[in-house]
Amino acid sequence: MPQYLLSVWGPEMTAEQQAEYMKSGAFEATGKLNDELVASGNFVFANGLEPLHSATVVRANDSGDVVMTDGPYVETKEYMGGFWVLECADLDEALAIAKRATVACQGPVEVRPFQSEPPVSG
Amino acid sequence: MIEEVFRTEFGSAVATLVRLFGDIDVAEEAVQDAFVIAMDKWASDGVPPNPGGWIVTTAKRKALDKLRRESTRGQRETRAVVEATVPEDTEPDMDDDSALPDDRLRLIFTCCHPALAPASQVALTLRLLGGLECPEIARAFLVPEETMAKRLVRAKAKIRDAHIPYRVPSDEELPDRLRYVLQVIYLVFNEGYSASSGALQRTDLCDEAIRLARVCSELMPDEPEVFGLLALMLLISARRDARVDANGDLVLLPDQDRSLWSRDRIDEGLALVRALLRRNQPGPYQIQAAINAVHSSAPTAADTDWSQIVALYDQLTVFTPTPVVALNRAAAIAERDGAEAGLAALEPLADALDAYHPFHVARAELLSRVGRVKTAAGAYHRALELVGNDDERLFLERRLRAL
Repeated sequence: MPQYLLSVWGPEMTAEQQAEYMKSGAFEATGKLNDELVASGNFVFANGLEPLHSATVVRANDSGDVVMTDGPYVETKEYMGGFWVLECADLDEALAIAKRATVACQGPVEVRPFQSEPPVSG
Repeated sequence: MIEEVFRTEFGSAVATLVRLFGDIDVAEEAVQDAFVIAMDKWASDGVPPNPGGWIVTTAKRKALDKLRRESTRGQRETRAVVEATVPEDTEPDMDDDSALPDDRLRLIFTCCHPALAPASQVALTLRLLGGLECPEIARAFLVPEETMAKRLVRAKAKIRDAHIPYRVPSDEELPDRLRYVLQVIYLVFNEGYSASSGALQRTDLCDEAIRLARVCSELMPDEPEVFGLLALMLLISARRDARVDANGDLVLLPDQDRSLWSRDRIDEGLALVRALLRRNQPGPYQIQAAINAVHSSAPTAADTDWSQIVALYDQLTVFTPTPVVALNRAAAIAERDGAEAGLAALEPLADALDAYHPFHVARAELLSRVGRVKTAAGAYHRALELVGNDDERLFLERRLRAL
């Protein structure tokens, strides 16, 4: 079955906004959705990400040295705050879940298919 | 003759091949090849009794040949497809017309999938269901051929890679998904009828939109909005020949020579509207069709039943409470109650429609009727800043001079 990445995007939040968000019910709603996705067999993985300041970029340059930089790969105002990896029959099923996901977590959700389907496990 | 078969059969043949091979590119190329062979063969042997079935069978054989050729080059995946589809030694039966009625419907809903950009939905629908070539579609929408080619390639890649399903939506999803299909068809029609720039009418697109709506009406006889859209387009396009005068200038509805209207299209459109009224499940396309039916039923512009039209716009406002609907309602009020009443109804729309040239045109016309020439001229100037269509521009310049 195809797998999809559903990522949640939003602006970096101040401590105040973060506290506001925690009180909004989004966490509870997202937890409930995750339970439903486990029950329906779509769930592969899901989690939220720590804010941008926690990111490190590692890359090999032309001479083969590996360099590290503090901070995210792209400096933007909006960043990925968390994601689901889900198994869905087709895009319609993924989009139907994305509709529930954006309501639950209160942020825009980007749906992208993974390149290949995982091998069927015994 | 072959042109006619092409128009009616291309979409169904592609749809059937997509079902059989699960790949839009394979289907598109094979059907194209089949028509090339048909052009040659039918010229000497005559058209076969079941041309659609002949095309599907020939396309199937072309697609299988191609996939086998590729599989001998060692592509494991294609070999698997060929083996799963048809046993190695089977020749397709030349009498086998295996199109299922749902094939075309599946293809329509795939082409008009909401995960595709509206411009891509339109391009795919014209290419795969209408059989229009990429350069034709590019010309119709006044974009460079390369841009249109990329748009089509990208849309097909998204269908494949994101696994956009090839199926008819469930009853529960249908009303929402149908909206997109009807919107694509109406976009094609409007692009043909009132091109956003350049020449005023591109008749082929109007005819193609009407043909697509007819196909949908056969495939979804239980959906009144499909018939509403068909009726709407028939009634509007019936006025085609009256809409431009001998000099090629735009003529507005009240000034049109009604003897130039197409009686056949009006009769068909009116019959559809009457049937829809009996059905009594109104929707926005049906109401717009009914509004046009009131115009089409008036022997002269002065006979138009404006009270009826205002009442229909009130109904339409319930479904689509947009400023553009309010603008049309204001114009109808002006006809029923006079220009001052119309201007009063326009007033609250000024902010929302400031960048929409028909608003300024309507305002200018009403202002000039009540003798406020200076303000009217200002409104025409504003409309001229915004208008994109050459014929409409010339029309507005004439109106401005006539003040």
